[in-house]
Amino acid sequence: MKLIYLIVITVLLAVCSLFVGVENVSFSALWKMDEEAWNIVMISRLPRMLSIIMAGISLSICGLIMQQLTQNKFVSPTTAGTMDWARLGILVSLLFFTDASPILKMCIAAAFALFGTLLFMGILQRLKQKDTIFIPLVGIMLGNVVSSIATYFALKFDLVQNMSSWLQGDFSLIMEGRYELLYISVPLLIIAFLFANMFTVAGMGEDFATNLGLPYKYVVNVGLIVVAIITAVVILTVGVIPFLGLIVPNIVSMYRGDNLKNSIWHTGVLGAAFLLVCDIAGRLIIYPYEISVGLMVGVIGTGIFLFMLLRRNAYA
Amino acid sequence: MIVAEKLSKYFGSKKVIQDVSIEVKRGAITSFIGPNGAGKSTLLSMVSRLLKQDDGIVYLDGKDVHKQKSKDLAKTIAILRQSNVVQMRLTVRELVSFGRFPYSNGRLTAEDEQKVSEAISYVNLVEMEDKYLNELSGGQKQRAFIAMVLAQDTDYILLDEPLNNLDMKHAVQMMKLLRKLVEDFGKTILLVIHDINFASVYSDRIVAMKDGKIVAEGPTEDIIQSDVLKSIYDLDIDVHNISCNRICVYF
Repeated sequence: MKLIYLIVITVLLAVCSLFVGVENVSFSALWKMDEEAWNIVMISRLPRMLSIIMAGISLSICGLIMQQLTQNKFVSPTTAGTMDWARLGILVSLLFFTDASPILKMCIAAAFALFGTLLFMGILQRLKQKDTIFIPLVGIMLGNVVSSIATYFALKFDLVQNMSSWLQGDFSLIMEGRYELLYISVPLLIIAFLFANMFTVAGMGEDFATNLGLPYKYVVNVGLIVVAIITAVVILTVGVIPFLGLIVPNIVSMYRGDNLKNSIWHTGVLGAAFLLVCDIAGRLIIYPYEISVGLMVGVIGTGIFLFMLLRRNAYA
Repeated sequence: MIVAEKLSKYFGSKKVIQDVSIEVKRGAITSFIGPNGAGKSTLLSMVSRLLKQDDGIVYLDGKDVHKQKSKDLAKTIAILRQSNVVQMRLTVRELVSFGRFPYSNGRLTAEDEQKVSEAISYVNLVEMEDKYLNELSGGQKQRAFIAMVLAQDTDYILLDEPLNNLDMKHAVQMMKLLRKLVEDFGKTILLVIHDINFASVYSDRIVAMKDGKIVAEGPTEDIIQSDVLKSIYDLDIDVHNISCNRICVYF
């Protein structure tokens, strides 16, 4: 599939997303400069659409970077525990820095996410058995342990309500003034694009990369920092969106290969399109109510993930 | 010229390389032979700065390897390690293009593309260049990696068991190709090799290692001698002259 088609589809989906919702906004109302219609679009619909697109692009590219750096197709912010660590970080910031600004919360969450991911990478290096399925299982177990700790403290300090809003990705609360933190991911994505070539080489392994004069550790650390901050930002604004970083890069890998130079744009755009579809579907299925996007992605993602697992030998 | 002075390397408390000093001449194939665990691969890794030695110094053309910029070194010395398991979906051409990374950081110039094409045709993979690596046979894959090293265009090429996974035909092709590199371009090639007859027929010099030390070193004909081989492998090996080659029989 050509990139341009993918972009056109995504733009169409984005426009659809603007017009789906309980409050009816019609194209003609916008054309006639109807103030109320414009208000809805500017305060609620547009922020929602923008945040979906940004979250979609960033999470799938995070997944892509992690898969490349770990040389494992099943590693992603979800399966490496990065998301659970970020949530623990948010809990800590709620407990100890009650009045923290969103930026500070994000920093704490990102620090936790980074620590967790580095821990995972450390464990990975010490593992004798580099089985493709074994590695993400380790990550998932680690993530669950961290998640249980977070839940325990959340229960103890009566923050379960607060925590659960980060459990399930949800765009319904996104409004003007509540999503702007996501813009932090834009410069990070630019870094990711600039480093694309280096991530590909680093993905070939430390010896291989060193032989080509690539500062391996530096490149890996840049990648992990980008992943950690983006994950923290997305969880703070939208919540956990599972599987996105896992399936989108894998789908693109099937038809574009694993040279990041060729696949990073496709991965980003497909991630946005996929999330838009899930969100629109979630808004329509039980209209006028809404299924949270985390659940939608989870359901659709599990299906695709299973499919990929079953025909893994065919392509990887 | 590569000069190593008193290199030592420990893995834990085990000394895998002990006080190894060696000079490798330019424009020749030098083969490193010896039993498993003799430290051949470790030595090559240290010479190519992939592994830091615990003692001693490696000089490459007179300069300490670990004091040079990694990027500059990548234009002078290339190493290919044993297991090159690629799980990534990359085409042959993409892999070979990595060889130009030290020169262009992945944004290939016309000159880089030219070098990549030359390297691919040098190992006879032109028809395969758009195939994914996992679709290739073991021999083709190995040749693709060699092409990458060629594209890196370094004076020194270090290969750790390049004949692994190759059948006889491809093993011979590989060695002839390496020989050609020395003759055509004056490259300096260091090999870790297990098949002693390949070492005998194709190399200019042989370094024999055992238990982390160099036990014999010199021109091929001096090393491929029954008594020398006996001391290396602890095995009775007959050496015969067959059409001007020294062939070992040890079965």
